[in-house]
Amino acid sequence: MASSKKKKPFAYLAEFDTTPAVIHAAEKLRDAGYSKFDAHTPFPIHGMDAAMGLSDSKLGLLVFPVAMAGTATAFTMMWWMNGIDYPLVIGGKPPFSLPSMVPIMFELTVLFSAFATVFGMLHLNRLPRHHHPVFNSERFAAATDDKFFISVEADDPKFDLEKTKKVLEGAHCTHLEIVYDDDGQTETIPLGQAEA
Amino acid sequence: MSYPYLPKKELGEVPLAGEGATFRSLTEAVARVTENPAPRGWWIAFLSAASFLGVMTIAIGYLFWTGIGVWGNNAPVYWAWDITNFVWWIGIGHAGTLISAVLFLFRQKWRTSINRFAEAMTIFAVICALVFPGIHVGRTWYAYYMLPLPSEMQMWPNFKSPLIWDVFAVSTYATVSTLFWYVGLIPDLATLRDRARNPLRKKIYGALALGWRGANRHWQNYERAYLILAALSTPLVLSVHSVVSFDFATSVLPGWHATIFPPYFVAGAVFSGFAMVMTLMLITRAVYGMRSIVTMKHLELMNKIMLVTGSLVGYAYGMEFFIAWYGGNDYELFCFKNRAFGPYAWAYWTMISCNVISPQLFWFKKLRTSIPVMFVVSITINIGMWFERFVIIVTSLHRDFLPSSWGYFRPTLVDIFTYCGTLGLFFTAFLLFLRWVPMIAIAEVKGVLPESDPHYHPEEAHADHHHAEPVAAEAEE
Repeated sequence: MASSKKKKPFAYLAEFDTTPAVIHAAEKLRDAGYSKFDAHTPFPIHGMDAAMGLSDSKLGLLVFPVAMAGTATAFTMMWWMNGIDYPLVIGGKPPFSLPSMVPIMFELTVLFSAFATVFGMLHLNRLPRHHHPVFNSERFAAATDDKFFISVEADDPKFDLEKTKKVLEGAHCTHLEIVYDDDGQTETIPLGQAEA
Repeated sequence: MSYPYLPKKELGEVPLAGEGATFRSLTEAVARVTENPAPRGWWIAFLSAASFLGVMTIAIGYLFWTGIGVWGNNAPVYWAWDITNFVWWIGIGHAGTLISAVLFLFRQKWRTSINRFAEAMTIFAVICALVFPGIHVGRTWYAYYMLPLPSEMQMWPNFKSPLIWDVFAVSTYATVSTLFWYVGLIPDLATLRDRARNPLRKKIYGALALGWRGANRHWQNYERAYLILAALSTPLVLSVHSVVSFDFATSVLPGWHATIFPPYFVAGAVFSGFAMVMTLMLITRAVYGMRSIVTMKHLELMNKIMLVTGSLVGYAYGMEFFIAWYGGNDYELFCFKNRAFGPYAWAYWTMISCNVISPQLFWFKKLRTSIPVMFVVSITINIGMWFERFVIIVTSLHRDFLPSSWGYFRPTLVDIFTYCGTLGLFFTAFLLFLRWVPMIAIAEVKGVLPESDPHYHPEEAHADHHHAEPVAAEAEE
């Protein structure tokens, strides 16, 4: 314990047992002015975005231009291939015939948007990511099972080893630890009287 | 205070997951299937499916070596089992996206127990479907002509043809369904990663889970992505079978040239897809003990959808006949008379009894909630839907405008082997899915449990919470 004092911690990792507990903890951190914290939950919790004070997802802004690019690509491709480069007269229709292009314009719009949605989501989430310090905690595996975690990063301007600990204890976390970035270490913090 | 996720007993609502399901019990029930050794039944099913897959490989190899003549297709029936199977498989592939996208947009939370399953089935059905247009072109090595690729002939595809629309629709559908499925899988793959003890297993699931850590800042974008994909897939799923129906409807052949085709095909696709989901789910649910996750309520709701879509299909059959008479076109009327009373009458009446009559049993709650009845009906519907495509394709072709060229199509052994072989391909892929991938969307089902509600307090925790409030306020200072 004494040696770890010199190392810079990455974050506090507080564990909770129930959905209401974790959402109240997020509200407390938000109200205390923290910004670099996150909740880790096995499923998306309704109302957590507001509890953490997050703004709306930006994904739609990313997808829309790509969707339009899909429409434009399909249109340009068919117009040039059938109308300009290799005109085919079939069934007496003009070589460039907009109504018959609608299905493919639709399909490519959907195809482009789907790729933009998936890769845009991964980009906004900075995934895939090989490793993350929270994985150093052995207890963290339960975040994809039945436990709820809140990580408060040391980079947060409000972060303070003592004060942050008090906020998390006050929110009735059932377990509290510090995770370090590089050496895969964690340190369990004994909980005060607020322990449930 | 009322909890939105708690069933309202006064309205006769029952919980979406069985009584007593918890987060932990859900994780256990679903994840352990992929962790424990496969039961013997799985191996028996897998080996038989794989041998059918082998039969398909041989049948297709023989086809490539010899040519399309090994099939029963001949003038005037140029399209037969190949396109029948293609349309049948694509139709089956519609239920997954319907369940995952359309029901998601309608906030039908019961879909969470069955969507993963149905989406996987969709992907495998689309793969089976894609086999047929790939091999029926005759010289398969020229199949790339279907794509707008620059070639030495300096030609481009004819984009006014519904057949090329089909190439785009089906390949888009296959891609988007796969993406949708994979996005849904990410949190559950992370669950498997976190439970893994074997280092290799941890590495593989770890790589597939992309470093997912359940962060709310991620869930936010993830849920938005899921919503957008659902919104994209909803018109897509309706477009795919519409485009498939254009292959027929834009031709001038009596029996095909009908404006009712797009909605009629889509209803049939949903109908057959739900039937296939039902068949597979009844078996899997019994074998793997998923009865508390996929409850009778789910099965009953699916049966209701089959009743609706089955009746829509029945309406379309009736309307085709009405228009054939009302439209006053002699060729059209002949075609439909020939369907119902000609040489293929046996196929037509098989279709009617399987598709229109058998789902009517679901009007009765007792039959709708009986597992043996729904199992038999779901298989009957799949047979009926195969016959629907066969009837549409073959009966419209076999007596064309020139009576001297009339004929009667009979499948050859290679036809039969190829078709049964794709069933092998489908079940091989499906069994591998059951073995290695969480078959139920764990994270999504957790999200509909009463415990997941942010206001959910069991009584004792509730009292404790208010008592503790002042302490928390002090700590913030």
